[in-house]
Amino acid sequence: MPEPPSEPWADRQRRARLRLLRMHYESRVGHIGGNLSCLDLLLVLHQEVMGPDDRFVLSKGHAAGALYVTLWSLGRLSDEELATFHKDGTRLSGHPGAGAIEDVLFATGSLGHGLGLASGLALAKRLKGEPGRVYCVTSDGEWDEGSCWETLIFARHHRLDNLTFLVDLNGLQGFGTTREVADLGPIADKFRAFSVPTVEVDGHSREEILGALRPNDEAGPHAIVARTRKGGGVSFMEGRMEWHYLALSEEQYLRAVGEVERA
Amino acid sequence: MRDAFCRLMVEAARRPEFVFLTGDLGFMALEPLRDALGPRFINAGVAEQNMVSVAAGLARSGLRPWVYSIAPFVYARPFEQVRNDVCLHHLPVVLVGNGGGYGYGVMGATHHALEDYGTLLGLPGLRAFVPAFDEDLAPLFGRLFEADHPSYVRLGLSEKPAGAEVPPFGPWRRLLDGPGWVILAAGPLAGGIWDAARTLDDAHRPALWLLGELPLDELPPAFLADLDRSRRLLVVEEHVGHGGVAEMVAATLLKGGRAPARFEARTALGYPSGRYGSQRFHRRESGLDPASIVAFLRSEDVP
Ligand SMILES: [Mg+2]
Repeated sequence: MPEPPSEPWADRQRRARLRLLRMHYESRVGHIGGNLSCLDLLLVLHQEVMGPDDRFVLSKGHAAGALYVTLWSLGRLSDEELATFHKDGTRLSGHPGAGAIEDVLFATGSLGHGLGLASGLALAKRLKGEPGRVYCVTSDGEWDEGSCWETLIFARHHRLDNLTFLVDLNGLQGFGTTREVADLGPIADKFRAFSVPTVEVDGHSREEILGALRPNDEAGPHAIVARTRKGGGVSFMEGRMEWHYLALSEEQYLRAVGEVERA
Repeated sequence: MRDAFCRLMVEAARRPEFVFLTGDLGFMALEPLRDALGPRFINAGVAEQNMVSVAAGLARSGLRPWVYSIAPFVYARPFEQVRNDVCLHHLPVVLVGNGGGYGYGVMGATHHALEDYGTLLGLPGLRAFVPAFDEDLAPLFGRLFEADHPSYVRLGLSEKPAGAEVPPFGPWRRLLDGPGWVILAAGPLAGGIWDAARTLDDAHRPALWLLGELPLDELPPAFLADLDRSRRLLVVEEHVGHGGVAEMVAATLLKGGRAPARFEARTALGYPSGRYGSQRFHRRESGLDPASIVAFLRSEDVP
């Protein structure tokens, strides 16, 4: 566990949202919706849960911005570095690159890889007798990938108690809602059918996220299905497909900033 | 080669960082390894994409994972996991594909590996190894446990000619000295060619070179000297032409300004008759068998 942050959650959340919006606006980068939807999960995990022995894999690599801003909130990336996001010569590519920054263990962006990688890290901890947990955040559309289910079988069969994965259930994917594209129904039930202990939370509620991440004795891996809103925190983006891709205009940026500041 | 492989893996079990993952392969073969490794022996089931991602996670944590299956299920099925998870991070994962080329014979085309090293060698930092004889495995494996790069090992059947003395494993070996063509062969099929060619008359007897490691680094001076003398090069490989040794060595020779006067390539042609059979059958169909090679050498006029 890290030192508990002195700054109240609402302030931390607001600062991170504003920084994320600014970074994406300044670099003229889209994908903001799926970054906002998982930002709270990443903040709570990194600021209040993960300690030095823990490891993190961002399986939904298209939320790299949210990860970079989270690392910035911990002082592990500077403002100057964030200003290079998406630009020539940056270490902060649109999907996390290999070997670019120390805190990113794996290049991700092709969906359906992160959970297997996280399982390898978790298994290594067990084999080496090392403490700490491995956390992995996946998207919801990502569960279309067969490899996710391969890993689910593996992680459960090997009882990877030190693995927790969180699903950013924002209900949208590349070209439609998850319901329209490939309806998995209630995904938590699918995980439970694999005997994976699964908790469902509001993915924008710090208390619920923290509660779900509290250690428990159930055999792992542990799944957290976080109901989120694509573009969470910015009303005109919430649940709207176009914010999977679009960059912000100046007018939209100022409107979004105003909303987050007033919230 | 499989018995030698199993024996060496069991010996390697004393290395605490060694983890062995199999894609549900090894019945009546790998049980001793399973017993020797305990929790470090992982049957990952019939799920090769996950197996390779897990191996990458293990390697990222300082362990030494070896991933084992029938060759196509090691390089083709989980190709993106090999690319993104292993190679982008230069992780020392060892991929072991059993049954290189037509090794699985009449089991059918899905089990053949005709484009394995050509496919994999486009990936950053990966090195492919094609041992030809049982004796090759011990020195190769010793090296792979120390390697700082991803590796692919194409296993086959050792075809050592009776009474032959195998030179120690290395990227380049001259198996036979002769004044005729220079033959460059990759993998176990060199054994049969060696056996057939060593009885050829002096004028037709080739200089037979065996390649064991890819990509090509520098061409060794002794090979170039043979080529300067012969001016004729025949490449033989149980692999499709595209991305294979013949293309690689041709490009290297051209870049060095040393194009031979004659250049022939015998490569895997797939399934020209649409019929299936043993590894021998398929080699014959592609002209890779010793009899075809020797017939070719005999048909050539001595210059
Ligand atoms: Mg989604």
